[in-house]
Amino acid sequence: MTDLQVFRDETRQWLEQNCPPSMRSPINIDGSQCWGGRNAVFFSDEQKLWMERMAAKGWTAPTWPIEYGGGGLNKAQAKVLREEMGNLNARSPLDSFGIWMIGPALLKFGSDALKKQHLPPIVRGEIRWCQGYSEPNAGSDLAGLQTKAADMGDHFIVNGQKVWTSYGDKSDWMFCLVRTDPEAKMQSGISLVLFDMTTPGVTPKPIKLISGSSPFCETFLDDVRVEKNQVVGEINQGWTIAKYLLTHEREMIGGFGLTDAGSQSLAEYAVDALGITQGRLANTLLRSDVIRWEIDAAAFAMTAERVTDEVKSGQGVGATSAMLKYYGTELNKRRYELMMKFHGNDAMEWESEASNEGWLPRTWLRTKGNSIEGGTSEIQLNIIAKNILGLG
Amino acid sequence: MALVLNQEQQMLKESAQGFLSEFASITELRRLRDVDDDYSPELWGQMVDMGWAAILVPENHGGLGFGQVGMGQIVEQSGRTLTASPLFSTAILGASIINLAGSSEQKARLLPAIAEGQLTTALAVDESGHHAPANMSLVADKTASGFRLTGVKRSVVDGHSASQLIVAARTAGEAGDSRGISLFLVDPSAAGVTVERIPTVDSRSVASISFDGVDVDLGALLGEEGDGFAALSATLDIANAHLAAELLGICSEAFERTLQYLKERRQFGVLIGSFQALQHRAAHWWSEIELAKSLVLKSLQALDDGNLRAPALVSISKAKLCEVAELSSNEAIQMHAGVGMTDEYDVGFFAKRARPAQALFGGYAYHGDRLASMSGY
Repeated sequence: MTDLQVFRDETRQWLEQNCPPSMRSPINIDGSQCWGGRNAVFFSDEQKLWMERMAAKGWTAPTWPIEYGGGGLNKAQAKVLREEMGNLNARSPLDSFGIWMIGPALLKFGSDALKKQHLPPIVRGEIRWCQGYSEPNAGSDLAGLQTKAADMGDHFIVNGQKVWTSYGDKSDWMFCLVRTDPEAKMQSGISLVLFDMTTPGVTPKPIKLISGSSPFCETFLDDVRVEKNQVVGEINQGWTIAKYLLTHEREMIGGFGLTDAGSQSLAEYAVDALGITQGRLANTLLRSDVIRWEIDAAAFAMTAERVTDEVKSGQGVGATSAMLKYYGTELNKRRYELMMKFHGNDAMEWESEASNEGWLPRTWLRTKGNSIEGGTSEIQLNIIAKNILGLG
Repeated sequence: MALVLNQEQQMLKESAQGFLSEFASITELRRLRDVDDDYSPELWGQMVDMGWAAILVPENHGGLGFGQVGMGQIVEQSGRTLTASPLFSTAILGASIINLAGSSEQKARLLPAIAEGQLTTALAVDESGHHAPANMSLVADKTASGFRLTGVKRSVVDGHSASQLIVAARTAGEAGDSRGISLFLVDPSAAGVTVERIPTVDSRSVASISFDGVDVDLGALLGEEGDGFAALSATLDIANAHLAAELLGICSEAFERTLQYLKERRQFGVLIGSFQALQHRAAHWWSEIELAKSLVLKSLQALDDGNLRAPALVSISKAKLCEVAELSSNEAIQMHAGVGMTDEYDVGFFAKRARPAQALFGGYAYHGDRLASMSGY
């Protein structure tokens, strides 16, 4: 038996023994994921137990080094873990911007001291992170950000306003882009700093969206003290890290276009809603739309597969994350636009039991943000035109 | 299987690219158009010498057995250069259907002849303007010594030049039945066969072929009587996977030429590629071609692997490539603007070849409908 096979058997056995029964089904209530943090809300004792057991093995961040609390798995082992969790239908034990974003950035750019301070609490789900990037006047033009960090010797005093801070009111720490050199132009003079959300002067305020929910905040920063040892990488060199994180974010959001394995296809959903007449979806015009969507979705899924395979074999052109983000989010928007059409007038119910309190229209509205957050579709097209096609 | 080319496939792609751009460029298409020929026998001879006619022929019949992914690389390159040759009608359609349906005697006789370039074939399937393989009514009535064929076939690629016709005919049932279809080897010079060559928009041609009581003997039957649809259908899947590959070549070449033009053409004192209106269209176009690439490779691999989903993947691939080819060939003309409308500029030729390749053996509507029907909606 190969080492990997041994690992697979052990993993399967461990998951079988340690994944609580209620954690072996897809998440069915919006917002019932486990986010951890100082003020963590657990929907059940089993959810807490599941997070703690996985965290103890470092499997909330499987590929991070063991010395920082991670699982220390190589890529092949991490894939086995994902597959075995998939076979069990096991839920993600911990969703976290710490694991997805600032953690990888710290591993790549952070000092040993910063890694030791911040990574283990992320793995254990003790500290929840949020991202301070956009500002009221720096959206697509992110490098135009104006939040100032004044140099006070051993620390900075930060003043400004951030916006679209995901779960800013529920997070414990922020990774934040600030201008440390007011003289330097645009991309130069920006630093990535870390601070505790309980620091005096930090005020997150939820923003209500058209979907009715408030997953984002605007965050006011008034004379916030940030220690200099909380700068990631070099002072004034934060843009490089910011770009790395944006690429990461694009890849994550682009994945929204992929239908999860095991979940219902759009065609199946359409058949349930509209029915079949003489072997065909009852509405012929919507049938054409479903066909077109399914063809594009299949093409997109195979492209994600091809890009991965090309990277593995060293044939990749790179910089394709912009394309995947662009196409994946537009595809997801089309999907929900069609789902609304399948239900006609019923799709408009906002508060009713039949509509599961307006799950569909609320989700439909939320998808409008997919092609805005993490860089708009127009920005992705700019990136493709400039970086891949060489159009200046 | 990883969605990338292996080393041998990559080498074949590069050698096809080199050969076709040197000997079969669009200049050659213009020459053939002027002399009213569909393809150059000399060029086909060179292709045969390179082994291209043998790629889909199994090794035990004198072929290379190199597979669909390998053949697809050549076909894709021939889309870039708009090269016409019997590669499609003979080395793909002929070799596939004989290999899938033929008796061991027929295979031993015909496949080596294809591999060596001694035999060219034409497959006659459709009878109306729209692809509908089960919907045939050309009949083959039983006679004392064999069968008598009566009816008309249309849109037959290389039908006027092939030395061997392969005709799908009805020996039982009615139009629409997939059972009762048989395949026949017919000599184009047989009594009662009338071939009409019809020039098409791509400076090639198709043939309308009338069969007025054409007598063939029992040995002309390719495969079992009444049981030809499975082999025909599998051959059409192979054909459509390669038409998609050809369309991918057309898309890629049209895109690259246009991208180059955006970097050369100046208006208002600047390069037109500096305009965001064109940049965004180019970026969207590029994204669509990236999706198209994945589908073409995936469906060719699925055919090589005998994947049960191959028919669905082929329909997805052909449908998407029809859409992307329409986008590509139209954007190429629009972004070249005035010169794109001229015969002197090559770029308009991509639309002229794309449309027949799209329509042949089913376009977007046919394959979208087929996919949905296979998926139960």
